[in-house]
Amino acid sequence: MSTPVLDVQGLAFAYADGHQALFGVNLHVHRGEHVALLGPNGAGKTTLVLHLNGILTPGRGSVRVAGLEVAAPHLQEIRRRVGVVFQDPDDQLFMPTVRDDVAFGPANLGLRGSELDARVAEALTRVGMLEYVDRPPHHLSFGQRRRVAVATVLAMRPEILVLDEPSSNLDPASRRELAEILTGLDATLLMVTHDLPYALQLCERSVVLSDGVIVADGPTSDVLADEETMRAHRLELPFGFDPRAHGVS
Amino acid sequence: MGAAHGHRLYFHGHSPVHRLPAHCKIVALLCFVLAVVATPAGVFWPFAWYAVGLLAAVGASRVPPLFLARRMVVETPFVLFAVLMPFVATGPRVDLLGVSVSEHGLQAAAMLLCKGTLGVVASLLFAATTESRDFLAGLQRLRMPQQLVQIMAFMVRYLDVTTAEMQRMRVAREARCFSARGPAAWPTVARSGGALFIRAYERGERVHLAMLSRGYAGRLPMLSESPASALQWSVAALLPGFTVLVSLAAWTISR
Repeated sequence: MSTPVLDVQGLAFAYADGHQALFGVNLHVHRGEHVALLGPNGAGKTTLVLHLNGILTPGRGSVRVAGLEVAAPHLQEIRRRVGVVFQDPDDQLFMPTVRDDVAFGPANLGLRGSELDARVAEALTRVGMLEYVDRPPHHLSFGQRRRVAVATVLAMRPEILVLDEPSSNLDPASRRELAEILTGLDATLLMVTHDLPYALQLCERSVVLSDGVIVADGPTSDVLADEETMRAHRLELPFGFDPRAHGVS
Repeated sequence: MGAAHGHRLYFHGHSPVHRLPAHCKIVALLCFVLAVVATPAGVFWPFAWYAVGLLAAVGASRVPPLFLARRMVVETPFVLFAVLMPFVATGPRVDLLGVSVSEHGLQAAAMLLCKGTLGVVASLLFAATTESRDFLAGLQRLRMPQQLVQIMAFMVRYLDVTTAEMQRMRVAREARCFSARGPAAWPTVARSGGALFIRAYERGERVHLAMLSRGYAGRLPMLSESPASALQWSVAALLPGFTVLVSLAAWTISR
């Protein structure tokens, strides 16, 4: 089999205050896969995400992105390969205009001039936000800001797109529009979410992280249908939702 | 919250003044203010000429004078101070409308009012014709230290976010029957202030994480603004050039 885009092996991590968040996580994601990372609050999902682009460094174990170890000498390259879209777009969008913000990542990679402009236009086109290129981020709706946040990361042409709670705080129409954009992307996705129907709609595979270990890994419809595991790890489907009646679109 | 296309001081337009690169306008504003401030004491005729020059610039910018006039309230504290000066200053007294006031104080107050008003109108005109982003790009082009430009950029970006957060906290307080009247309310307001600071601080940390995740290594990329042509510099130099000439003439004549 080919080198996984994401290869996490035996990852353990404790914060400086002694709180152990991860106890030996193993996770492989292959090119083109859409994987949902599920788990209750405090399961260690965010800690895991921050390891993927080297913001946190493993206490034990290793993380590799497309064969390259996540470690100090090549953090810039790792951060290009792993595009993290954070939960609050106001945290992600910090430059005065949409254009400057989408250009931020590629400019850090050394792109300039027309090449940079083309990259910005390409990324904004992919999320349908090109006409807002000169707007300040705080004049956009929440759903639009989330789409621009996705574009800021797409502009770096990542190997894998990591989304933290992409559907949170979106109204149903924005939620659907974002789903359409994400399904049309032709990218490797790792999506951290509590929105189980969204996971079922967008990801063929789901991984459940609970108390710092992976407790389930399989096709999303099977994982969500396994009532015992779901209950044991505080995962609940919305009232009346039957995962077997729906499938990946 | 302002127009759909900028901050509250900005007036959307495409006039020659709007089109001038921001860094030219910053230099022009600075030179104008310095020339006005350097006017010799006790000489008042140059102010009429400065005003004519400045009004010509306002005309060229097509910003409605009423738009600028309304925003001149920022000058109020200076006006109050100027009004007080003739009464509190010492020295020979003169009669003004039947009231005895200090002659020096009266003169200083008039100078302060003239210089202050010209400075405020010029700054408002600058703000009305320059988007905040272009202002930052202009400062960057003028080689202002990176850290200062970054701090200002974040302030511009997060001012609205933090104000909205503050509003939400106020609404949440009031929704639970809190009324900010009297000293009894101060501890609550102070605690909200503290909470707001901590939230802003935590947001700062999250923003920093998001920046690192996109390859931030201590420098913001240059905000794109093209260099100014000689023509643009000469247009920008019209008002400050005229002002400097008038100021110099005032010095020569008053000597």
